[in-house]
Amino acid sequence: MTNNPGKTAVGRVPMPEQPAARRARNFEEVTLGYTGEQALTEAARCLQCKRPLCQKGCPVEIDIKGFIAELVNGDLAAAHRVIRETNSLPAVCGRVCPQESQCEGSCILGKKGEPVAIGRLERYVADTFAAQDGCERLTGAQECALERDDCKVACIGGGPSSLTVAGYLSTLGVKVTVFEALHEPGGVLVYGIPEFRLPKDIVRRELEAMVEQNVEFRNNWVGGRTITVQDLFDEGYKAVFIGVGAGLPRLMNLPGENLVGVYSANEYLTRVNLGRAYRFPDHDTPVTKGRNVTVIGGGNVAMDAARTALRLGAESVRIVYRRSEEQMPARQEEVHHAREEGILFECLANPVRYNEGENYRLTSLTLQRQCLCEPDASGRLACRPVEDDFYELETDLCIIAVGTRPNPLLLDATPDLALNKWGYVAVDEETGETSIPNVFAGGDIVTGAATVISAMGAGRRAAKEIAARLLG
Amino acid sequence: MSNTILQKKILIPGQTAMFVVDAPHIAAKARPGNFIILRVNEFGERVPLTIADRDPEAGTITLVFLVIGKSTAQLYELEEGDRLHDLCGPLGKPTHIEKTDGVVICVGGGTGIAAMHHIAKGHHEAGNHVAAVVGARNQDLLLFCDELADFCPELIVATNDGSRGMQGFVTDALRERIESGDEVAEVVAVGPVPMMEAVANLTRPYGIKTTVSLNSIMVDGIGMCGACRCTVNGRNQFACVDGPEFDGHTVDFTELRHRLGQFRSEEELSYDRFKECSCHDK
Repeated sequence: MTNNPGKTAVGRVPMPEQPAARRARNFEEVTLGYTGEQALTEAARCLQCKRPLCQKGCPVEIDIKGFIAELVNGDLAAAHRVIRETNSLPAVCGRVCPQESQCEGSCILGKKGEPVAIGRLERYVADTFAAQDGCERLTGAQECALERDDCKVACIGGGPSSLTVAGYLSTLGVKVTVFEALHEPGGVLVYGIPEFRLPKDIVRRELEAMVEQNVEFRNNWVGGRTITVQDLFDEGYKAVFIGVGAGLPRLMNLPGENLVGVYSANEYLTRVNLGRAYRFPDHDTPVTKGRNVTVIGGGNVAMDAARTALRLGAESVRIVYRRSEEQMPARQEEVHHAREEGILFECLANPVRYNEGENYRLTSLTLQRQCLCEPDASGRLACRPVEDDFYELETDLCIIAVGTRPNPLLLDATPDLALNKWGYVAVDEETGETSIPNVFAGGDIVTGAATVISAMGAGRRAAKEIAARLLG
Repeated sequence: MSNTILQKKILIPGQTAMFVVDAPHIAAKARPGNFIILRVNEFGERVPLTIADRDPEAGTITLVFLVIGKSTAQLYELEEGDRLHDLCGPLGKPTHIEKTDGVVICVGGGTGIAAMHHIAKGHHEAGNHVAAVVGARNQDLLLFCDELADFCPELIVATNDGSRGMQGFVTDALRERIESGDEVAEVVAVGPVPMMEAVANLTRPYGIKTTVSLNSIMVDGIGMCGACRCTVNGRNQFACVDGPEFDGHTVDFTELRHRLGQFRSEEELSYDRFKECSCHDK
């Protein structure tokens, strides 16, 4: 670690972490966050570019240079205010954004050395600000416009895109109601991303900040079932934002897929995260604790599922991925953390069959070796099966993490809503408006499974348009 | 106030109870065949229950449940005036109901009689002739007979011990009714898995359309997780969004039975701990 405050290309301040051996057996957060001194040292590395590229790399256009300057000046509240101007969930984004391909990927320091650790600084500002006592928080709070009762907006779905819409509009005095289908709002932040990567207290804190801004949350309201888009207009909402997520798990239609011991990643993670199954039996939702666990897929969800299985006590956890490790879509940091914790990687292999033991339980997986070939549409090298090259892997718990499909509930109940050729909601790219006037959509229900921050970017675009229409 | 238990009725002491719950927004949308998901408290699991009846004017829904583990035991302990911590619905596709000339036979077993009641009522309201066939081990375990008798021109009862109606299983009563000669448009069966499977096996040779309501394990109930998936006609279906009602002749009941049992040891552990704790309290 360096204490050199000079603006030379010295390395970034490393992030303190729980040691791999310890954290692999608990659900506490892996990364511990900067101390004040570390944050100031890291902030001082920022060159304060005249034309900062980092801000362009951010889907919600945070004034990164601005908040870092306030941090260097020692004005934490001002730094927080700068971030909150465009980002409703800074403590979340500081943790789960793929900064390496966004703000940090654009940082000029990264050309020759390491970019400024923008995500870690964002997290530091959000956490430290929230930890201050109520008086300081109040004086640092955003000044909200007076609430206007002539314009209310409804968000269907309580995930990152809707929360961004709610956060943005509520600061302008628009009354926003968020209709969440599950018993807790937050979407993927609550049911998907595990505690050790994003503590639920952090999410709760961000949600409480929104309640203070007069956002109303109605849990257990299912869009398309309990309430329809038309019901909302009938109730006087002036605009509706649809952020219901991609939802349905994609399975692979292989023999034995419904054996006991085969889970979708959505089920596994929802049980553990939303249902707190890692605290069973104090919490009532159970989950299978596998001994030799296999996770199919190479994305962030696969890493989350694998690291969760390890923490629940598995003896071995393997990621099975059909391409090679370089092609994995997961964030490098997640792959690195997983490997440190002892997750094994079985690349260039794809399951073809789940094998049944006693009582309909999974006992092994038959895999087929793959080899790399020409790049596909995503630009990554594709793979194809090696003929007649099969082998068996003993496993009692297999978690399928190969993506999701659009959830039909709201779409079926809203027949006028035009869809794109992939079955997701078609929107105007500039405004996020759907084929129904004053109905907007964003996040995974538009793009298919993507990142928290891209959903937030979509929410922000829609919110700007809604504000322009409602407030003039 | 929404989620409040307005009425509690013990149907079978220590075993089965009925709640009438204040839930105007669910009552307004609920159709026969729909279910809800509830949580008893903040530590609770999400429990799916079929809606046994609804009253959109009063803004209430009726739920009937059998005590089979910790969550349902906790539910049983709630009293009038208590509130369900979470209540979400209506979920699942509603029963497909159309006017038909033939008789619609609605078969219910155990707690499934209550769920079947709402479907039978739907058929009745569509103008169909409904024959209700209900069964239990003995007469004390029968439910909803009066409610069914209110609108069903036929109520056929079978008990294993012969204490009420004919002695035997619901399938015996069903066979007799089918053999009586009227044109049967559809058989609907709601109850324990072995009963639904037996009904499907019975009707198959007659070629009678047979609908069953599957009670597979669910987590979210909105299509997100696939815990409730089952094989129907060789394809994977999610009971929560594609069902819960399916063509009984194409359901893989063996798979369903195994999947229903996958958390048995966890369920027992949970229930045992709960019973120990409640003993200490008393």
